[in-house]
Amino acid sequence: MSDSIRNIRTIAKREFGGYFASPVAFVFIVIFLLLAAFFTFMIAGFFERGEANLQTFFTWHPWLYLFLVPAVGMRLWSDERRLGTIELLLTMPVTAWQAIVGKFLAAWAVLALALALTFPVVITVNYLGHPDNGVILGGYIGSLLMAGAYLSISSMTSALTRNQVVSFILAVVLALFLILAGYPPVTGLLVQWASPWFVDGVAAVSMMTHFESIQKGVLDSRDVLYFLSIIVFSLFTTGVIVRAHRAG
Amino acid sequence: MIKVRNLKKNFGPKVAVNGVSFTVAKGEVLGFLGPNGAGKSTTMRMITGFIPPTDGEISVGGFDMLNDPIPAKRLIGYLPENAPSYGDMTVQGFLSFAAELRGLAGDARRQAVERAIEMCFLEAVRHQSIETLSKGFRHRTCFAQSIIHDPEVLILDEPTDGLDPNQKHEVRTLIRRMGEKKAIIFSTHILEEVEAVCSRAIIIDRGAIVANGTPAELKARSENAGAVVLRLASGAAAGVKSKIDGISAVERSVVVSESPLVVRAFPRKSGRGPEFARAVGEVALRERWAVEELHTEEGRLDEVFRDITLPDTGATKEEAQ
Repeated sequence: MSDSIRNIRTIAKREFGGYFASPVAFVFIVIFLLLAAFFTFMIAGFFERGEANLQTFFTWHPWLYLFLVPAVGMRLWSDERRLGTIELLLTMPVTAWQAIVGKFLAAWAVLALALALTFPVVITVNYLGHPDNGVILGGYIGSLLMAGAYLSISSMTSALTRNQVVSFILAVVLALFLILAGYPPVTGLLVQWASPWFVDGVAAVSMMTHFESIQKGVLDSRDVLYFLSIIVFSLFTTGVIVRAHRAG
Repeated sequence: MIKVRNLKKNFGPKVAVNGVSFTVAKGEVLGFLGPNGAGKSTTMRMITGFIPPTDGEISVGGFDMLNDPIPAKRLIGYLPENAPSYGDMTVQGFLSFAAELRGLAGDARRQAVERAIEMCFLEAVRHQSIETLSKGFRHRTCFAQSIIHDPEVLILDEPTDGLDPNQKHEVRTLIRRMGEKKAIIFSTHILEEVEAVCSRAIIIDRGAIVANGTPAELKARSENAGAVVLRLASGAAAGVKSKIDGISAVERSVVVSESPLVVRAFPRKSGRGPEFARAVGEVALRERWAVEELHTEEGRLDEVFRDITLPDTGATKEEAQ
């Protein structure tokens, strides 16, 4: 077990360094911060509302992540395959799942770093009023989990192809489906022809419903479990795909 | 150290490797020869555990690669074809990463990195990022990665590909030196490399082994192997040929050129060996021919290679010659 952890740490460290050796991490962090600020302050009117909470901040995260997370995750495996380094990595004494988890954690750390750098907004809201910081913490945890879920999906699509653009588009489409599944226009469309249990089922896989309840400050274990199960399922599928590719 | 039994690999309907079996012991350097697409790389990828075989057994140092891959992989150092590496890392960073994955830590890791840098002549570029390096340096960086943990088994897919003649020489010397204590498999297109480095060679064609032996044994399979070549300063071709044909051990002879007169004499099956050259020499002495050169041909690997693997190109033997 200690071997596994050491291997995962080694791979994660290299991957994390890789993000900062190229402009990917910097571009992601800067764009994320700019867009988050723009949506929060300009579009949602954080100041005009006069409410001491970060609702206007978190509301946009599912949409920001929709494009930005696949951009971070698309290189995870497609680059490895394009450059042939996957052959190097998987002939080392490491298992495929150690490599998958290590790479995933590195990319997740980049996302976590970007999210952590939004701390001025927390300071601002605390300076202006008396927000419930527990709710804000819940929002951050929910946002991080959601980013992880998007990222695991990107990891999966990235294992499918050596082409980063294809990997990016597939990830965006899958993530978009997970967002829209619970959106009223979509459920309304389904209600007309599908049975109610099916509509409920589709709505239950939606990111929005789960993220909304978390950002209201209700850290329900079911919502946490939802995001974790997407991560586990997607990483498991990544493993299946990586294996299948090796089998030719 | 390496045991491969009845290895098979299909990619869909295409049979890439079809029943390959061989063993490599410690202290052996096995050369893998074969035309492009013969299954060399696929075989190596299966031995290193990168792709699973369709059928067959692979054992490395007593560990089964299919059921117990991690301890087997620990013993192997692998240089994949085209020598991939992480371009954004520095040479030293990359080697350190490889050493860490190999379970080396602290001082042991630093020493391993230093040793690999020294052995592969990478001192000058150790702090450069790999993507800025020339092909030769990139290749040697990946090679350094494969020997970082001083493995007992080395598997090298075209280790001299893309290197200049000096670098090729260095790598060959390195392989030969390491081959004294390790089990090494390497693939190549360069036949002289096999003679220079290998203790044994295997020729693979269309997924199957078509020849397996020491370079000398393989060369002996060549048509001209064991023939004696005689070069004379002067003399009549017809007369010399008839005298040579008259020797009891000679099966037939061929006049290769008239001026200078070069005759190649082929021995009978039973008559191979040093006595044959002596017999030809005695006739030359008796006839007082002006001999400039007399030698026994060892045979040539490229002839054997072409003979065995020719049908793949679709050309006939005459065309190829």
